[in-house]
Amino acid sequence: MVDLKAGARFQSTVCTTEVIVVKGAGEVDLTCGGAAMVAAGTGSIDGAPADGAADGTQLGKRYSNEAGTIEILATKAGDGSLAADGEALVIAQAKTLPASD
Amino acid sequence: MNLMMLLEMAASGLGDRTAVGSKTTGLTYAQLFDRAQAAARRYRNSGVEAAVLCDESSHAVPIMLFGSAWAGVPYVPLNYRLPSDDLLTLAGRVGSAVAVTDETNLDRLASIDAVTTVQQGDFLADPAGGHTIGAEPGDWNMDPDDVAVLLFTSGTTGTPKSAVLRHKHLVSYILGTVEFMGAGEDEATLVSVPPYHIAGVAAMLSSVYAGRRIVQLPRFEPHAWIDAVEAEGVTHAMVVPTMLTRIVDALDERGGEPLLGVQALSYGGGKMPRPVIERALELFPITNFVNAYGLTETSSTIALLGPDEHRIAQYSDESTERARLGSVGRPLPGIEVAIRDDDGIDLPAGEVGGIFVRGEQVAGEYREKGSLLDADGWFPTRDGGYIDADGFLFVQGRNDDVIIRGGENMSPGEIEDVAMSHPNIRNAAAIGVPDREWGEQVVLVAVADATAPEAAELEDLIRSRLRSSRVPAHIVFVDELPHNDTGKLLRRVLREQYAHLGDGPAD
Repeated sequence: MVDLKAGARFQSTVCTTEVIVVKGAGEVDLTCGGAAMVAAGTGSIDGAPADGAADGTQLGKRYSNEAGTIEILATKAGDGSLAADGEALVIAQAKTLPASD
Repeated sequence: MNLMMLLEMAASGLGDRTAVGSKTTGLTYAQLFDRAQAAARRYRNSGVEAAVLCDESSHAVPIMLFGSAWAGVPYVPLNYRLPSDDLLTLAGRVGSAVAVTDETNLDRLASIDAVTTVQQGDFLADPAGGHTIGAEPGDWNMDPDDVAVLLFTSGTTGTPKSAVLRHKHLVSYILGTVEFMGAGEDEATLVSVPPYHIAGVAAMLSSVYAGRRIVQLPRFEPHAWIDAVEAEGVTHAMVVPTMLTRIVDALDERGGEPLLGVQALSYGGGKMPRPVIERALELFPITNFVNAYGLTETSSTIALLGPDEHRIAQYSDESTERARLGSVGRPLPGIEVAIRDDDGIDLPAGEVGGIFVRGEQVAGEYREKGSLLDADGWFPTRDGGYIDADGFLFVQGRNDDVIIRGGENMSPGEIEDVAMSHPNIRNAAAIGVPDREWGEQVVLVAVADATAPEAAELEDLIRSRLRSSRVPAHIVFVDELPHNDTGKLLRRVLREQYAHLGDGPAD
């Protein structure tokens, strides 16, 4: 379990994926490629994403759960796919805010 | 969180795309990343506390903004047009620093012992200053509370204060408002605000994250702006109201041909005269207009009026929709806005009070005074205004500018809006001057076109729309209103200039 709070950063232990939390939801079992993610800079990559959790992450995409309580942003892409408490996180719809500066 | 995370993502996602400069000779994101690393080596090896920029726009702006973030020192852009004494006072408050500067300011800044100066050309030729070690990819500090940028407020109402913007504020703003690589390969944004304006900082960050090429116009001049739009294939731009006023006039001088290439034009940083935005909507007939409201202390934009509202207001016969052109729109997602009375009580829709904001991008902190956020995280903007029944925010101006006549608080904005609704009035400022009987009386300083109306005609117009206390005691016509170089109206100057029209203070 990790504390999912805005600004926290995590890394995968089975691929190159790194994320930053945009919207958090407290204690969550956050996984990438089926393996628990750890605080960025504290782990190394060992092994490969599990079957069924290897769709990959895309740089700069936001991933959220169905309830919309979790939003995390991929700051480095990788081969594993993200899940929170067993629920696969999917790419959130792009923002349509116009440029203001 | 660190601003470098944004550049690292851009360099890894679109390393070969041009980040800043013209499409063929500019710096790519990968090159900008390398230059930022070099600058970080200079800062770390010299052991300074700040990275000062005292110069107009150049490639040094994004290099320093990201390089200082990498090194872990604040980026401090100073107003290079300040008189010598003021500049030295501000620079002296920064601490030890490397200052990148132009020739004029080189000697002035070198007189401060703690400041090492380097001329812009030398910095761009070798951002590292000969150092080859001291910063490696990924070794920037990730503490979200580190200070990223120190910006001096414009000081239109007193001594400039340094606003503190931490990495968490600016990164939250970008992640909350910009889609990574959201810009197409052919998009380019024209940055004509100076580096020491919050919009100049925000433009670097949002453009890099969106993947939109930055084109810099160091000295704003309306014809140069129009020429740059055409020569550089500019699709986006942000301007302050005084700039748009001059661009509109310049386009009219050129025969009033519409500019079609600009896809998006945002404006902010002061009150836009209604005649100017109405003419701009005609001269940029297919452009998406955005009115952005924000403060230095809120990491730029907190509310915006979008493209659709602009066009609806332009073509609608319905007064509520037309009035939206005077609004700054709705708060951004993640930003809360409240209107409160003098006792801090929340006011309902339609009632005028102080504007308070809350959100992750809201810094609300000064080096000199500490944090101004209350226990619940609300920041008092010191602007007054109201929110209408549909959630649109109307800003009426600084609380300091309120005119108090006979105990009645009057917003200059409402008087100015009515004056500017006259077809021959291009701009107007209402100020209070000392008055023995009433405390203050209203003076309207107006800019008219070739056929200036009689003062009595303006008085009648204001009397027909507002309470009689709002009718100016004096109306003065001038060629131009005084603004500072980032387009803020200098009411203080007007109050001093026209104080003689009152009959002195009550004491």
